[in-house]
Amino acid sequence: MNWITSYVRPKINSMLGRREMPENLWIKDPESGEMVFHKDLEDNLWVIPSSGHHMKISARERLKSFFDDGEYAVLENPKVVIDPLKFRDERRYTDRLRDAKAKTSMEDAVLSGVGRVEGLELVATVQDFAFMGGSLGMAAGEAIVRAFETAVERKLPLVLYAASGGARMQEGILSLMQLPRTTVALDRLKEAGLPYIVVLTNPTTGGVTASYAMLGDVHIAEPGALIGFAGPRVIEQTIREKLPEGFQRAEYLRDHGMVDMVVSRLEMRETIARLLKILLKEKVEAKPEIVEEVVVEEAEAVSDAAPEAEAEQPKA
Amino acid sequence: MYNYLDFEKPVADLEGQILELKKLAESGEAVDVADEIARLEKRSKDALIEIYRSLTPWQKAQVARHPDRPHCLDYVRGLFTDFTPLAGDRAYGEDNAVIAGFARFNGESVAVLGQEKGNDTQSRLKHNFGMARPEGYRKAVRVMDLADRFGIPLISIVDTTGAYPGIGAEERGQAEAIAQSTSRSLGLKVPNIAVVIGEGGSGGAIAIATANQVYMLEHSIYSVISPEGAASILWRDASRAKDAATNMKITAQDLMNLKVIDGIIPEPIGGAHRGPEKVLEATAAQIEKGFAELSGKEMDYREHRREKFLAIGRTL
Repeated sequence: MNWITSYVRPKINSMLGRREMPENLWIKDPESGEMVFHKDLEDNLWVIPSSGHHMKISARERLKSFFDDGEYAVLENPKVVIDPLKFRDERRYTDRLRDAKAKTSMEDAVLSGVGRVEGLELVATVQDFAFMGGSLGMAAGEAIVRAFETAVERKLPLVLYAASGGARMQEGILSLMQLPRTTVALDRLKEAGLPYIVVLTNPTTGGVTASYAMLGDVHIAEPGALIGFAGPRVIEQTIREKLPEGFQRAEYLRDHGMVDMVVSRLEMRETIARLLKILLKEKVEAKPEIVEEVVVEEAEAVSDAAPEAEAEQPKA
Repeated sequence: MYNYLDFEKPVADLEGQILELKKLAESGEAVDVADEIARLEKRSKDALIEIYRSLTPWQKAQVARHPDRPHCLDYVRGLFTDFTPLAGDRAYGEDNAVIAGFARFNGESVAVLGQEKGNDTQSRLKHNFGMARPEGYRKAVRVMDLADRFGIPLISIVDTTGAYPGIGAEERGQAEAIAQSTSRSLGLKVPNIAVVIGEGGSGGAIAIATANQVYMLEHSIYSVISPEGAASILWRDASRAKDAATNMKITAQDLMNLKVIDGIIPEPIGGAHRGPEKVLEATAAQIEKGFAELSGKEMDYREHRREKFLAIGRTL
């Protein structure tokens, strides 16, 4: 099984992954301004306990917290040509890459793993925003393609955590080509009858949304995540007016029909496992009280929409 | 008289002189200017050849966006007979930025998709400068569905700065619409050919440009982001567009070297607008050749297309 390169144990991983950073001992909640002790945040998956604000989380921490007991097999990412365009802006692209690698100790922006979530085996692939804004270049694209291919080979569902500013401009057209390339890979997964769940995290914008991030069977978003094709600044410059409150946020997208649900990071495992087990028709004992809860939520949503629907009726 | 680009100034001067001499000759004031006109015409032609022999990527971007350049509807009129446009996405509205319908090419049935920029203020507004909204991409999906159902090959004429960045477009799922269109095009069972005639602007272009054969006009560009956009993000200075254009490798010649496209359609000296008939002829010939090659192979067009895109970037 050559796709296994290392078998990560939670405790070892946490010792390796987290260095002492005394200057970051206390972290400020961007919403309330409250100072939170970093250990408390880490233990709460970087969700601020009092406000529920979701901070960014590294790909490693994400996978560790997602899989049962934090155990998963890392999927080896394919090698790609580095800096195919010999790109240079104010700095060399190769220098930027080297810095990003040093900062994240990742090879590029995507990390994938195979493991179990509430007992269900699946492939999870995660974009890390800390690596050049999670930008999609050849390495990330190829890693995503490999993740889908692995899922198809092993007949497993795939969960993708999106976090990206968009295409990696330093790879030019080859970056744009990752849109169709990843789309081919996910279409093959769907044709194999396997579920594909997208979790949209903060932020997911640009070319990534115009491909795999918006082609899931189910779209889940983390609270408050910025999700959109064009960035807010570009839109403001184009239309020269202020954007509406909450524009392009997770809840806004749910209300406009682009996202199925907004789910707290702390409930992500349970939600995805429940959904996948239903889609894969896994037999479990029925628990009526859970069904009741869902019905209550739905009823509220319907009653919210009712006045508008009634108002429109007389015209018909 | 043409609209002249900055770098065409020597030609503009010469052609201006020729025009004045011709006027003089007509008014009978000049004695014998025929020799002088002939001499100037030769000089002007030589100057044009000299300039167009070594256009920089940034100059090519300007030619690709030249206001006099033939646009999508010029190709539709010149290449096809019986063109019958279809309208609407059957969900929200009609988008005139996207041209969609059926026609005949050399007498054979074809489906047609394209982006129209317009050529005067009124038509530019009507076609939203070739910047499509979600409805345009959903209309494209409709036509691709029909093409597949009736086994009719598809021709895409690509010319857009990009998808429209607006509030409504975002609310109605611009990213999702582009992603679905890309996926639908990649999944076509019928053969398709895409021709970039001017600007292939990022996701907005790729939505209809994933074809079995992709061609570009000699002075067209195809890019992950506009040179101005890349300059303002990477250099934090939009006036560095020239550097961005050079670094990003956006020309037809660059893309041929990167094996992203399958052929280059020649343009007359001075660009497509200096000989629209010639460009139409060359485009028709290339499309004809493309379909002949494809149909000669008796193949699974979908698999061919998928493997072709997966192969991009793997052998550079």
